[in-house]
Amino acid sequence: MRYVWLAFLFVVVAALSVLGFRGSLSTRPPLEVFPDMDHQAKYKPQQESRFFADGRTDRPLPANVVPRGRSVEADPMYLAADDHMFRGKTATGEFARGFPEGLEVSHEFLARGRNRYEMFCAPCHGRTGDGNGITKQYGMGATPTYHDDRIRTMAEGEIYNTLTNGKNTMMGYGDRLAVTDRWAIVAYLRALQRAQQGTVDDVKPANRPELGL
Amino acid sequence: MSKIFPKSANALPLQIVLFLAVAGTVATAAVTYWVTPKYTRVGYAPTQPVPFDHALHAGQLGINCVYCHTNVEKSEHSNVPSTSTCMACHSIIKKDSPLLAPVRASFETGAPVPWVRIHKAPDYVYFNHAVHVNRGVSCVECHGKVNEMQVVKHDQPQSMSWCLDCHRNPELRIRDSKDVYNLDSETLAAQGRLEEAIARVHDWKIKPPQSCSGCHR
Ligand code: HEC
Ligand code: HEC
Ligand code: HEC
Ligand code: HEC
Ligand code: HEC
Ligand code: HEC
Repeated sequence: MRYVWLAFLFVVVAALSVLGFRGSLSTRPPLEVFPDMDHQAKYKPQQESRFFADGRTDRPLPANVVPRGRSVEADPMYLAADDHMFRGKTATGEFARGFPEGLEVSHEFLARGRNRYEMFCAPCHGRTGDGNGITKQYGMGATPTYHDDRIRTMAEGEIYNTLTNGKNTMMGYGDRLAVTDRWAIVAYLRALQRAQQGTVDDVKPANRPELGL
Repeated sequence: MSKIFPKSANALPLQIVLFLAVAGTVATAAVTYWVTPKYTRVGYAPTQPVPFDHALHAGQLGINCVYCHTNVEKSEHSNVPSTSTCMACHSIIKKDSPLLAPVRASFETGAPVPWVRIHKAPDYVYFNHAVHVNRGVSCVECHGKVNEMQVVKHDQPQSMSWCLDCHRNPELRIRDSKDVYNLDSETLAAQGRLEEAIARVHDWKIKPPQSCSGCHR
């Protein structure tokens, strides 16, 4: 019987040393104890496909496709027909000035712009738009400041186009930002520029003492 | 008639019972300890084709999770970023680094980088990132402190009971909307604002499903 106990102890120690403790790092895929219906014959986003040659389940859109079952009457944004809104251009193909019709530049709109700006632009352009985002220290030397006359006088449409499609060494963000969010960023960028040019006269006299003016 | 069994055999039945009892207890303990996602999943940290470092990018550089995982607040699926996301910086920063060779190859050919997936809910479970994130459930509740991980690891078991632990008491786990992507922030409850959290659960009608069809649809 003693041998039985010894053998049992050995099994316990062996199991402990092979299986280890909870939470220890491992590069092996997790063991599936009951794999019942964990893997079904269906595709989920970004999964691998063995059917398509490039191995993707997310199929790229063919050129010029439009969603079906919608109409321009019900949704003016459908077909992206508005040049100002979607391409930042006027009917004659120049960059449009001002914001497209149908967008109200309100406080909420600017707040949304700020939220998006700080997520997507601040790493390079900095939170105040001075071009000194964190990546400057690591070699993104070309990031310009927004606070020079060229960009101050630049048409809104051109800024929209830059952030949608990119320019020179800056890549576009059109694939990640919704159209209205892009305009919100343009509005916030204008606010940043305005803020840098603020003078004492912009502060209400009542509030000046708070700033020690 | 000579004796077949030695005298010591008298104790044998008792010893066998004792052994079975001990072995049974140990086996039960082993199953509860090991045969659970707390053991099988937690700590899974596969080697990725590119040694992408969240501690550097999300922690030190402070890039927001949404910059890369863009769909997390819009859809059920939190995407792993496309290579053009990386190339926005890495076409200039470290542009010749051998570590980034697979990223550059993917950018040129369009073939995806074969990232190894870490978190995976079974196919019979319906999970949705956007509903959680937009209601103040931070990434850190379900993925741990990713902003301090050099290699992402499976930090939470993500088993059914784990989901339900939160669904039963969401007020203890929600954050201020502005803190959702700040993984170093604390929950409202931990900041001593439990009242506010309870009020929010009520006002925002936060009703996480506890019935089977909520998650198994
Ligand atoms: C990865 C770093 C990076 C990010 C993120 C970034 N930019 Fe840029 N941006 C640049 C660089 C570099 C340039 C200079 C491009 C050049 O060479 O002219 C630039 C230039 C610009 C310009 C000036 C273009 C001109 O005509 O001179 C604008 C406007 C601009 N960016 C807006 C944005 C906005 C809005 C965002 C956020 C959606 C953004 N950028 C995000 C790096 C970045
Ligand atoms: C610069 C881009 C970038 C940023 C910023 C970023 N991630 Fe990631 N993340 C990735 C990439 C690429 C992967 C896939 C490779 C890997 O797993 O390391 C990934 C993987 C992950 C995974 C594991 C996915 C899986 O396979 O299960 C989680 C969880 C995650 N990220 C969470 C976060 C959180 C939380 C933040 C914000 C603190 C964040 N990420 C910020 C690029 C990024
Ligand atoms: C906002 C800019 C930015 C983005 C976007 C970005 N990185 Fe980085 N990455 C950096 C910086 C800055 C460094 C540090 C460079 C240094 O240490 O000098 C770095 C370093 C790295 C390194 C280490 C390189 C080396 O040779 O040491 C790898 C690998 C890497 N990044 C992968 C990625 C991947 C994969 C993505 C896309 C998911 C990505 N990065 C997106 C800015 C970025
Ligand atoms: C309520 C819990 C929860 C929260 C909050 C959460 N996640 Fe997840 N995450 C999951 C689960 C569960 C999965 C596995 C999903 C699946 O297999 O469909 C997952 C998967 C992922 C993946 C991998 C997807 C893939 O296809 O490889 C990434 C990346 C990710 N999460 C990032 C994030 C980020 C970034 C945040 C915060 C903005 C976040 N998650 C917040 C639970 C959560
Ligand atoms: C940290 C807390 C937390 C965890 C962990 C969590 N959830 Fe939730 N979940 C919530 C909250 C809060 C809501 C409520 C959203 C609402 O009512 O708007 C929710 C809602 C949901 C919904 C309802 C979505 C809808 O469309 O109505 C589903 C499905 C869900 N969770 C699945 C899961 C699954 C599956 C897991 C485990 C992998 C999980 N959750 C883990 C907090 C959590
Ligand atoms: C909050 C979401 C949620 C709810 C509500 C929920 N489940 Fe689940 N269930 C899950 C998740 C997540 C898993 C996968 C667990 C895992 O992979 O470890 C799961 C797994 C299961 C499994 C498979 C277990 C296995 O390992 O094979 C069964 C059976 C199941 N659930 C039944 C139910 C029943 C019955 C109910 C209603 C009483 C229910 N579930 C309610 C999220 C949920």
